[in-house]
Amino acid sequence: MLYDAAIIGGGVIGCAIARELSRYAVRVVLIEKECEVGFGTSKSNSGIIHAGHHAPPETLKGQLVVEGNRAFPQLAEELGFGFKQVGEIVVARNADELPALEALKARGEAKGVPGLELWDRERLLREEPNLSPTVAGGLFAPTAGVINPYECCFGLIQNARMNGVELLVESPVLGIDRRDGFLSIKTPRQLLHARFVINAAGVHAAKIAAMVGLTDFTIQPRKGEEYMLDKRMKGVVRRIIFPVPAATTKGTLVIPTFDGTIMVGPTAEDVDEHDISTTDAGARSVFDFVRTLVPSLHPRDTIAEFAGLRAVSDSNDFIIGPTAVPGFINVAGIQSPGLTAAPAIGRYVRDILKDEGLTLVERDDFEPRVRPIPRFSALSMEEKRARIAADPASAHIVCRCEEVTESEVVEAIDQGARTLDGLKFRVRAGMGRCQGGFCTWRCMELLSERLGLPIEAITKRGGGSWLVIPRLDADPNEEASR
Amino acid sequence: MITRTPRSRYDVVVVGAGPAGLAAALGAREAGAEHVLLVDREPEPGGILQQCIHTGFGLHTFEEELTGPEFAERFIDRLTERGADLLLGSFILDGAPREGAVQIVGRDVGAARVEYGSLVLAMGCRERTRGALRIPGTRPAGVYTAGLAQKMVNMMGVLPGRRVVILGSGDIGLIMARRLVLEGVEVLGVYEILPYSSGLNRNIAQCLNDFDIPLHLSTTVTRVGGRDRVEWVEVCPVDEALRPIAGARRERIACDTLLLSVGLIPENELSQRLGARLDLVTRGPVVDSTLMTSVDGVFACGNVLHVHDLVDWVADEAMRAGRFAAEHALGRPRPRDSVRVVPGQNVRYVVPHTISPDRDQEVLFRVARPVERATIVAVAVGEEREQPIVSKKIRYAFPAEMMRLSLSQADLDKIDAETLRIDVVERPPKKDPKPKGSRS
Repeated sequence: MLYDAAIIGGGVIGCAIARELSRYAVRVVLIEKECEVGFGTSKSNSGIIHAGHHAPPETLKGQLVVEGNRAFPQLAEELGFGFKQVGEIVVARNADELPALEALKARGEAKGVPGLELWDRERLLREEPNLSPTVAGGLFAPTAGVINPYECCFGLIQNARMNGVELLVESPVLGIDRRDGFLSIKTPRQLLHARFVINAAGVHAAKIAAMVGLTDFTIQPRKGEEYMLDKRMKGVVRRIIFPVPAATTKGTLVIPTFDGTIMVGPTAEDVDEHDISTTDAGARSVFDFVRTLVPSLHPRDTIAEFAGLRAVSDSNDFIIGPTAVPGFINVAGIQSPGLTAAPAIGRYVRDILKDEGLTLVERDDFEPRVRPIPRFSALSMEEKRARIAADPASAHIVCRCEEVTESEVVEAIDQGARTLDGLKFRVRAGMGRCQGGFCTWRCMELLSERLGLPIEAITKRGGGSWLVIPRLDADPNEEASR
Repeated sequence: MITRTPRSRYDVVVVGAGPAGLAAALGAREAGAEHVLLVDREPEPGGILQQCIHTGFGLHTFEEELTGPEFAERFIDRLTERGADLLLGSFILDGAPREGAVQIVGRDVGAARVEYGSLVLAMGCRERTRGALRIPGTRPAGVYTAGLAQKMVNMMGVLPGRRVVILGSGDIGLIMARRLVLEGVEVLGVYEILPYSSGLNRNIAQCLNDFDIPLHLSTTVTRVGGRDRVEWVEVCPVDEALRPIAGARRERIACDTLLLSVGLIPENELSQRLGARLDLVTRGPVVDSTLMTSVDGVFACGNVLHVHDLVDWVADEAMRAGRFAAEHALGRPRPRDSVRVVPGQNVRYVVPHTISPDRDQEVLFRVARPVERATIVAVAVGEEREQPIVSKKIRYAFPAEMMRLSLSQADLDKIDAETLRIDVVERPPKKDPKPKGSRS
């Protein structure tokens, strides 16, 4: 069978492209090496939907970010993931940094970023009283927001699948062959043929491009460490707090996440593609820095920490477009603001495919909406009663900390969760204060039952992340020989 | 005893059917409460005792060495005899203490509102996790709390891994070290950041020493490695401030599992929702001499109140809480607390937080640092002067062990102040042996 398009990589970019193409009468497959989508760079993303004034307008990322930001309210509504437009403030820590704010404002306005306001020190401290009293002023952007990036990935892929896109997980691409008029992709279990191959492989994009002989760009993984703080720090800032940006990154931020907890980070350190560890040095640099913005933040309030890899290209911009290899399209170097730009990248790639000769006819049966898993804990007592009357499994609380019911867990599995992390990221089971101490086992049992797998086959996040082994029962022969 | 259709009103409702809940329900029945409801989210009563298949329970309560399930069984039997309603697979979502009602959801009841005369909180505790410790490195599978590993091995019949390092010398970690060795798992060592164990001495002897499992004090895990599954942990000695010593050798231990036994935290989310004030040290509710929290009619006992060392003391305390809860529900007169009890020298906390001069009282506390040859002193702290009321010599005191001090009516009569402070004061080391008969 010949696919019209095969997307390599199930991060937020691959998923956004898949969802965009699912509007049309074309055969599309998405190939992901991990056992669920969004398990690479996307799940470690800060979750910020940028207003769009940071990236220079002459860059591709600068052009796509504003359009991406505009798309998010509707996207979140259709796909049922949470999106809070909390706004962001770039904070000048001293008078020397104030001109940079004016430059950013001018840049943003030229790009069409709405509602930018310069705040003086008094206004800034009135709006965000926990900022350091030494700040000099700020640039407020009301359209910036926060999401849980993995929820966005799950929503995109679920909607894409509803509309006919095929998803292959645990399928690392081993090689790509150029054929006459199409390309063949080899994975451990399949040989797939497609007219167009879209390389959205993130930190592995250069490796995938090299499989068809393209070596015109490199990807340098740049690690970012993030630190999640205890709920008691909730509300310490209400908007995303940026410092005046440095050359390589937008700096270390204070982020009120979608769930309301405070996250600080990320660091920026060039590493090899396997290093996703957090470090003492990273924690120190994050806290030393953010305390200059918000002095009450403290490392002892950390409740979770993680690291992810940005895919930074040698051009320091997105690399999106057709290549010297007919049918092979690169969507590489998608570093920040890639999450924000994702919906715009989807459309951009669609247009490229059209230009390259793919016939795109809109389907009249395209269903843009995903029915989100209803969150029991968010219901009122009346609604809870009604839910339980309609669905008795709603009365079984699996995760006590986040009040997640058995029906939510089961629905998450039916929607594609195959691992403990998949459940955690979809319905928050195991994400609360006991970190799965009480519900891990029940979640494993439910995964085992619904997927028809032995309990030993259940993993944390696929691959070699096994959780338990059978008892080491004595071998009867060995027993006899003693 | 098991019910599917609870009444709409009970004299006493107990949250949690672990050792504290069972004993509280029993205490309430024995004190005359007619209708008592026990609610637990698990499909069977007994709480964490059901996975504690080792012996050592009940030495004080039954003067016998029982396993966890046996200890639970004794209370379940006694309670069955007395009669109480037990609602399983059910979860208390919320409460309205002003209306004296709780909202329950569960397997059998669906959603139900139940009114109470008194509510007893007996939800127990949870284990501290990796996040709270801030161990850098990767986040692979294979990092478990000791209690989860215990459930895997004892309840589910599977193993958490093949080569295990244990961080923290809490009692569950020590018990699991032995349990895993008995299952054929390699236990490479127990690492404790403090200069002394946070578990009971008897567990050090019976679980580590008897099985040649090394205990490394003043050492902690400084890094976790492995992409998908734990592949190694790095350990490093720490200084007096518990910081890894700069320049000290950091040893990498190849293993596939890291178990954490680094402390227990009372599960007080419901208590807080009900409006109960918490003690910042115990992280449990502030209670009066009847174990009533700051919310009228809401009592607390067991590990939700403060983390205990032995289940016997949990049961003991919970029996009293159940009794007081029944008295409150039946409208019997309550003692008037007029004395605040506060921790003093080398004392981390004291429970209860207030006492009444009108009835005998036992106060429970823990020391902050281990001491040998010490004296427990209860000091009445007046505006003008401090007056020792009771003193009791002890040979030693460890933070791992809960301390108890009984105050008799005669002792209480001596208190002429609003504050009673508990100190644990070191005595000077013994000099030359003294002739027999002289007082030391």
